[in-house]
Amino acid sequence: MALMNYSLAAATALSEAMHADPNVIALGEDLGRGGIFAQYRGLQQTFGAQRVIDTPISEATIMGAAVGMALAGLRPVVEMRVVDFALCAMDELINQAAKNRFMFGGQGRVPLVVRMPIGLWTASAAQHSQSLEAWFAHIPGLVVVAPAAPDDNYGLLASALESGDPVVYMEHKELWGTEGEVVPGSRVPLGRARRLHAGGDLTIVTWSKAVATCVAAATLLGESGIHADVIDLRTLWPWDRAMVLESAARTGRLLVVHEAVQVGGFGAEIAAAVAEATGCRIRRLGAPRIPSGYSKPLEDESRVSAAAVAAAARLLTNP
Amino acid sequence: MPTPDSLLLALYRTMARIRAFENAAEIASQGGVQAWGLSTSAKPALVRGPLHLSTGQEAVAAGVCANLRREDLLTSTHRGHGHTLAKGADVNRMMAELFGRATGTNQGKGGSMHIADFSVGMLGANGVVAAGMPIAVGAAHALKVRGRPEIVACFFGDGAVNRGPFLEALNWAVVYHLPVLFVCEDNRISATTPTGPMTGGAGASARAMSIGVPAVTVDGNDVEAVCTAAARLIAEVRAGAGPRFLHAVTYRFKGHVSVDPGAYRDPAEVTRALETDPLRIARDKLVAGGITSDAIDTIDAVARAEIDLALAAAEAAPWPDAATAYTDVQDTGAGQWR
Repeated sequence: MALMNYSLAAATALSEAMHADPNVIALGEDLGRGGIFAQYRGLQQTFGAQRVIDTPISEATIMGAAVGMALAGLRPVVEMRVVDFALCAMDELINQAAKNRFMFGGQGRVPLVVRMPIGLWTASAAQHSQSLEAWFAHIPGLVVVAPAAPDDNYGLLASALESGDPVVYMEHKELWGTEGEVVPGSRVPLGRARRLHAGGDLTIVTWSKAVATCVAAATLLGESGIHADVIDLRTLWPWDRAMVLESAARTGRLLVVHEAVQVGGFGAEIAAAVAEATGCRIRRLGAPRIPSGYSKPLEDESRVSAAAVAAAARLLTNP
Repeated sequence: MPTPDSLLLALYRTMARIRAFENAAEIASQGGVQAWGLSTSAKPALVRGPLHLSTGQEAVAAGVCANLRREDLLTSTHRGHGHTLAKGADVNRMMAELFGRATGTNQGKGGSMHIADFSVGMLGANGVVAAGMPIAVGAAHALKVRGRPEIVACFFGDGAVNRGPFLEALNWAVVYHLPVLFVCEDNRISATTPTGPMTGGAGASARAMSIGVPAVTVDGNDVEAVCTAAARLIAEVRAGAGPRFLHAVTYRFKGHVSVDPGAYRDPAEVTRALETDPLRIARDKLVAGGITSDAIDTIDAVARAEIDLALAAAEAAPWPDAATAYTDVQDTGAGQWR
């Protein structure tokens, strides 16, 4: 066991993969300096500028070049800084990376890990705060991962690096400093959720930074005798249907919570799938459909609080 | 070493095969492109999807690819049949792909717009203008990192010079000093709009040179000129000189897509262009060099016969099993389709 923060956990997983496989490389803006969140700290010093590549501010070509690199035998890790900048590389991700294998009849593989940090980041306003995971879960060919804790960021990144698929890997910008125990060499399989709080009164499904919010809410609810099963999805596509359906069938109530805008969010997919399968009662809780504001009173309107989660849970558990 | 005449004969043969392929594909697509809602027949055309023909542009594919090795890589455009054939792809599997059959290069999953043959280094045609350019520089970057001797040829059209990835990819190739030949196959029209009035400044070569990529402009209908220029540029790329840029000016004989008669063009312009048909130019040179017309006719006939066989094989080939709609999507989560 080693105590490390969310950022170092990722850097460690990547470093181990680069030691193990000379074809693993990373490319993006400012990586040589360690990345803007220290998630690449020390890697260029260890592996050289040819494998930890500082790039021009050319998001489309960072992503597109990574597709070409993958087709020509490398295993690239693409850094987009924040998901908002990844929007400059959508053709390259959606039309090229995600479609390549199918469209060319299985002739090639595009084993990419595309890191695009999501989430509210204090006072970063409308273009540096989005959570767009639902966009990518919608696209056939992509895997979508959103780790909430250091051990998962280590174990999921390691699994993503071993996957043959393009993986959209969404770390949260307000989790980099979160500390936790990490087991060296551990793996978290893609597509498996984690139960963080056990209870039989309702099921709360969530991911990324909202996990901590929901665990806090579960503690509040427990004090008033409401026992929540809290599930961190960890991978959004493919999502752990078995764990979620078992829990929702047992509790009869599902609350899906995410930081992303609620309308058209991935919570809607979970809610609909669980409703079809179990007929249980459903509520969703996400951000209102507004851009994130700069000023604190405005930004706070986009944040989902533990109190709000608890209130939604109480509405759901009222007879 | 081939003699100049035998080289020109080989180039002519490649062009004749492309021309025969395009003509046959065009006929097989008659009845309409269903995707455009223009089907005129209850019976679907044998080639049912959009077909972007390179008829008239054969010299660019032939002249450049004559200088590539099988292991070299290539990215192409939506108008990619010629590049694919010239790179050495199997014509039967190509035609089967246009027909949507299981025996196609892509198992019927891509069709004309995504034709690819990775076994000969042809990394794919592309439905998005300029999209092959970042992929090409990435492939070249990988070759460099891996210490490989191969190079990448990156074909794109004149329309691509107005997209952002053109700038980004050229800059990237310079910054990392990559082994890539950019080939601007300039047919002078962006879908159905002339490119000139849509393009600021002095055009493709000037843009390349402004970024630091040495560029050469050639008559893209003169296959010898294309081949000679490409030979020099590719030799420089192979020698480690970094990226090079070939601007080959040609003309698209057909409409943007097979159902498009190109009626928006001045008929006089088309007539003039037909006089500079690259096959005709090459034929005249061959005859002037002592090759008989009969010998050249035989090359044409052999090419047509090869394509006739490909057509027959494609029509007889099996359709893909519907279950293959679910293969090669992704490994993680395969089976979870809803």
